[in-house]
Amino acid sequence: MESKELKRKAELLRRRLLTLIYQGGTGHTGGDLSVLNLLTVLYNHTLHVDPKNPKMAERDRFVLSKGHCAEALYVVLCNKGFFGEEELEAYGKYGAHLGGHPDNTIPGVEINTGALGHGLSVGVGMALSAKMDQKDWKTYVVMGDGEQAEGSIYEAAMAANKYHLDNLVAFIDRNGLQISGSTEKVMPLESICERWTAFGWDVKTIDGDSVEDIVYALDHVDFTNRKPHLFVSKSTKGLGVGFMENVAKWHHGVPSAAQYEEALKDIDNRIANC
Amino acid sequence: MKEISKIPCRKSITSTLVELGQDDKDIIVVTSDATGSATLDDFAKTLPEQFVEVGIAEQNSVGIAAGLASTGKKVFVFGPACFYVARSLEQVKVDLAYSQMPVKIVGVSGGVAYSQLGATHHSLHDIAVLRTFPGMEIYLPCDARQSRRLCQYLVNHNKPAYVRVGRNAVPDVYDDDNFEFVPGKANMLREGNDLTLIGCGETVAHCVEAAEMLSKEGFQARVLDMHTLKPFDKEAVLKAARETGAIVTAEEHSIFGGLGAAVAEVTSQECPVPMRILGVPDENVIHAKPLEVFHHYGFDYEGIYRAAKEIAMSK
Repeated sequence: MESKELKRKAELLRRRLLTLIYQGGTGHTGGDLSVLNLLTVLYNHTLHVDPKNPKMAERDRFVLSKGHCAEALYVVLCNKGFFGEEELEAYGKYGAHLGGHPDNTIPGVEINTGALGHGLSVGVGMALSAKMDQKDWKTYVVMGDGEQAEGSIYEAAMAANKYHLDNLVAFIDRNGLQISGSTEKVMPLESICERWTAFGWDVKTIDGDSVEDIVYALDHVDFTNRKPHLFVSKSTKGLGVGFMENVAKWHHGVPSAAQYEEALKDIDNRIANC
Repeated sequence: MKEISKIPCRKSITSTLVELGQDDKDIIVVTSDATGSATLDDFAKTLPEQFVEVGIAEQNSVGIAAGLASTGKKVFVFGPACFYVARSLEQVKVDLAYSQMPVKIVGVSGGVAYSQLGATHHSLHDIAVLRTFPGMEIYLPCDARQSRRLCQYLVNHNKPAYVRVGRNAVPDVYDDDNFEFVPGKANMLREGNDLTLIGCGETVAHCVEAAEMLSKEGFQARVLDMHTLKPFDKEAVLKAARETGAIVTAEEHSIFGGLGAAVAEVTSQECPVPMRILGVPDENVIHAKPLEVFHHYGFDYEGIYRAAKEIAMSK
């Protein structure tokens, strides 16, 4: 799928995402919105996956290490055909299959996440397996920026470098906010690029709010350079909904009826401009 | 006590993996700077492509193992039990148990095997903690032969599991390979109807020895080898309670939440009988050699004998 089409799809999914959170009464709205472009591009442009055969041996692997942004993943997976709309309709209700963090009983989900700082290690294991078996499939891991304070991430970073995992692509959704406020106030992360470069990774910064930029980045990964790849994806928390953008309280905020209507207007304007 | 075997349980497991790994390239060993302490030198040398060393990083080793297992690899993680059920506990909980990734954690030098190294190196909480993780299996083999049989079973077993073994070689409970090993089913090592002694891991040999001592005084003790703590053999416990009327458990573990607790959970609800739970009380373990620790807290054969005699006489 090309950038123009992806851009429109991302906005349509943004609308579905807001409705999912509003009707379900729960969700990590701000981070869902900042990572949605990235997930849309991954699943509709990059990842070799088959919703009709989610366990296909040669599939690319994806791990949402920032598992609290499950709602964004759910709307993308559903749209891709991994499961039906009825699963989204049940979200937030008694006994729903889809929980607030992804688990691998859900078609398309490889591993359970939600406790931060786990996903990159799992991704390293997946990428290492592909190397051992000389397989071409790739592993993609999306982390949060607040998550970067978890020390286990750097254990994984060292191992990926040791085993020259150039088949591993990681992202940091760098929206700059976490539940308590600015990441730089809670625990300064900068200079994040230098840090990861020092760990032996191939590091690039991209504009995570730009579908075109994400597409370009993913189309130009050098899978032969013997280095694991990191994209610091600079994004806007709450992207697409004016009153949510860059406001920390929307980390886990759920809109009221009036706010939901206002949010949809913002998103519908974006859709109209696609 | 019988003579000590020449092969520690950990070595029995790693030797089995060296054999099996040569024909099955999906068998992978992950370790965290524990090649020596886990006796993995042969594996690392013989099967270097199947050996993953992550350095002193237990959280990462469990996460990597989960990733490998998700792609179909048959993964064994080796390292000191004390760290795998503490430092990396969340990875065990989420990446293995919750995600049902069939990784096998082999916790070596478990219990008080590190003796004088102190509380940082003891794992006297592992059974209690892991029993509460849905879908996590727990095994404490009692000797080298049973460790080998367990390893052969676990290689193709599609569930996450924790195996705790000690450091030193232990006496053979099973004298030859002609014994039954059914995961989740306790082995009755000795018949008896006066009371039942239940052990797991290294205390099983002590239970057998205590039963011999009791026999000389006219008490016929049943002995159960509870090699699997989860899934737990409730039927064997209930049968023992109904047929013998008293139970003594002995474990190299806290008296809270381990074997004794698991037995009491069953008996207290379905067939209450007098019980003694022998293990480590709520205190930091004394600095001493492992068998001295067993003796100090009364879960060696002498302590088991004393508790058993007392409970049998009070019936």
